[in-house]
Amino acid sequence: MSGNSQPAIEKKRKSIREISPIDVYKLLPKTNCGKCREANCMAYATRLVNGELLLADCLPLFTAEYQSAHEKLSILLAPPVRTVTIGSGENAIDIGGKYVLQRHDFTYHNPTPIAIDVNDLMPEPELLERVRHIGQYSYNYIGRTVTLNAIAVRSVSGNPETFAYAVRVIANASHLPLILCALDPEVMSAGLAAAAGRRPLIYAATEANWEAMADLALAHNAPLAVFAPGNLALLRSLVKTLNACGIRNLVLDPGTFADEGLADTIANFTAIRAAATKRFDETFGYPLLGVPLTVWAGGELSEDVLKWREAITASMLLSRYSDLLIMHSLDGWVLLPQLIWRFNIYTDPRKPVTVEPGVRTFGRPDQRSPVLITTNYALTYFTVESDIKAANLDCYLIVADTGGLSVESAVAGRYFTAEAIATALKSNNVAALVGHTTLIIPGLAARLSGETEEATGWKILVGPKDSSGLPQFLRERWPPES
Amino acid sequence: MVQKNPETGNHPGLDAEQLFALAPHLRELLKGVHQIELENFAMEIGDLELFIPTTAASPGITQPGQAGGIPVAPVKPSALIQEAYIPAEYSFPGKIREVQLGATRAEGGSRSHSVTIGGSTTPAYFDPARPPAHPAVISLDVFDMPVQLPKVLKENVADVMNDPAEWARMNVNKFGADVITIHLMSTDPLFANASAATAVKTVESILQAVDVPLIIGGCGDPKKDAEVFSAVAEMADGERLLINSVTLDMAQAKTLERVATAARDHGHALLAFTGLDLNNAKELNRRLYEYIPPEQIVMDLTTVALGYGLEYSFTIHERARYAALMGDTELAHPTISAATNAWAAREAWMKMAPEYGTRELRGPVWETVNALTLLLAGVDLFLMMHPAAVLTLRDLIPKLSRNGTAHPEQIADWVWVRI
Repeated sequence: MSGNSQPAIEKKRKSIREISPIDVYKLLPKTNCGKCREANCMAYATRLVNGELLLADCLPLFTAEYQSAHEKLSILLAPPVRTVTIGSGENAIDIGGKYVLQRHDFTYHNPTPIAIDVNDLMPEPELLERVRHIGQYSYNYIGRTVTLNAIAVRSVSGNPETFAYAVRVIANASHLPLILCALDPEVMSAGLAAAAGRRPLIYAATEANWEAMADLALAHNAPLAVFAPGNLALLRSLVKTLNACGIRNLVLDPGTFADEGLADTIANFTAIRAAATKRFDETFGYPLLGVPLTVWAGGELSEDVLKWREAITASMLLSRYSDLLIMHSLDGWVLLPQLIWRFNIYTDPRKPVTVEPGVRTFGRPDQRSPVLITTNYALTYFTVESDIKAANLDCYLIVADTGGLSVESAVAGRYFTAEAIATALKSNNVAALVGHTTLIIPGLAARLSGETEEATGWKILVGPKDSSGLPQFLRERWPPES
Repeated sequence: MVQKNPETGNHPGLDAEQLFALAPHLRELLKGVHQIELENFAMEIGDLELFIPTTAASPGITQPGQAGGIPVAPVKPSALIQEAYIPAEYSFPGKIREVQLGATRAEGGSRSHSVTIGGSTTPAYFDPARPPAHPAVISLDVFDMPVQLPKVLKENVADVMNDPAEWARMNVNKFGADVITIHLMSTDPLFANASAATAVKTVESILQAVDVPLIIGGCGDPKKDAEVFSAVAEMADGERLLINSVTLDMAQAKTLERVATAARDHGHALLAFTGLDLNNAKELNRRLYEYIPPEQIVMDLTTVALGYGLEYSFTIHERARYAALMGDTELAHPTISAATNAWAAREAWMKMAPEYGTRELRGPVWETVNALTLLLAGVDLFLMMHPAAVLTLRDLIPKLSRNGTAHPEQIADWVWVRI
């Protein structure tokens, strides 16, 4: 191909919500072989378009016989926002791969990695300490460990040797994927040589340096960020140009302006993601990079105000389509809301988060302590847990398997029934824990009390509708009059 | 590695007063108001057809970008390929109703000004050419009896907790509340069981203490609330209060009609509260339409704390707003969010290991993130408490509508910046 631009292809695609299981089924082997562990190809097709299974789960598709069907399915199901891989081997992370603007249309994939910066002028012990801190930072949230995910190495020195040395030190000290940040191609070249085999994200191609950065991205087979602050026409021009150079693994940074310019930041991130997901605009069909760290580039403000601003900017960019974040602050109060919010918006909005059914023990319960029961919907469970803990109650809490439904929904949907309660009492051998046979059920399940007494032989006490009422309820009603 | 600020230095235990002292910095930065009107380019999202390229794709292709056929050995362009950027306009046929809160003397009340919420014609901050018709407003909470509050919240209001009128005055004068919410907690039959007459007196005292619009919060008991709300509505005839709230429980307890007609007859607005369920929200609104004009209905779709289900609140608000803008008039009402519910999260108020930071900052940032997240989902009014969270919202709400203020040179050098 000659000339400067790609031919414009007017593409009309179906969004992931418009693809029916039939569209997929037509291309499948239709042998009902069961290798995907589904009953038949139609069941697999349904779960595939729901995002619950992957193309990789259909093994026959990867044989020569179905090569053509595989290709067609790959194109049919390709996300309008490209998936870009940073890093190599088992430590690599995928970013992007988004299908929709809003999570209620289709579950978001590839939770936004949070990279923390280090720079090449840090004394080596400080550098190593910061890298260690980044690698070890974690929080246990509803039974899952949430962590930081990458290291952004900034060339503050502007010196190739200094940058290369720092990159080498960090690469040796951490397996986390790297983002190399230097706008001088000579410095970037030295950094890339020092991170051989790590396939870092190159930050960044700009209007001034794109030719040299394109050469580096191709030579190192590394993904390339494109930086065009506040200028979407320039961003498009750079993407088109880099595409013409043969580079497809791009990450877009339209600029993060946390103060003046915040409106443009939110508008630009939104416009790019809407164009990709609603209009299938390929030029904007790349992951978005948000850089809350830019708050540190401006102003004579106190450190706490800058951290505050970095925290709220990061949270807004998580909500507004950022596929990767670079931050500076390592303070827990800055990071914790981000790690939790990221976890939350990447859950399947159609599927409630659940906790393991079973019996939980709070405080130091004895033979006379109350026995409560609730559902295994995580939010229900953690609300009850938090109320019990806040009031320092000594009790047992049975967590019944309601398929992750809240009490109200589980009662209505007949997942939380007299029989289900009987099963939970029996399977957890609750009778052995206490010397009484009184069970406190949630107020929202009051209508089950009669049949539950029959099904279990236990005396049923109807507790408060909201677990915040438990302390008062127990003060007034426990122990029960016999 | 970080330049130490001599005032804050390394102290993890920055207290709320210090934090409030920092907040004016945010206000100082409120300057440079200018807006650029972008040309509108209309584009309808029509029926899209499945596209499968006819050219044979090479094996292993998973990305649409490759389908066009990237040349094997591309010729590097000698200059930047110039591309234009034409902002697309997306069509949203619906519009969120405008609801007025508070009434001036000329309008039959006694407020110095009223506040209008709603009026959006696009999802929040979706189209720079169409900023929100009315910026989101902030209400600060007042309780009519001492309540249990996290330490970080309590220290800002400890002096006024026994005096609702004084509390309201402080919220307006010191913290800049646009609206005051008086929670009539003491009317709860399970607590003090204060009479409707007592509640009326409390509301009267607040009306006299401040001249901003009021939101009247009940105790959650459908029968008692109906009694209290009806009495308050009658006393405050013409004030355009927002009654917080009416529920499907009231419909079941057969008290909904009483409250709704009292609001209608005395010129107030109703807050229709439902629990994260759009069908219920629509059903409640349909019932209310029988008694009161839709322009007097605001929705509370439930705000859950960050970490305890904020994503459900976020998504229910996004869904409601999109559905309304696409034409579902039963959801085309402005929404409110109790951002203070953020404090239900343990991470907001609990002392935690040092790596998770001081709760003096963690708490207010929790409330702020809760509010900002739902601001992006389209919420029109926030119930808030912590001064730092309030100041941050007051700073950012106008900023989010001022497009064209980004200056590339501000951040162009971030890679090199010495921190």
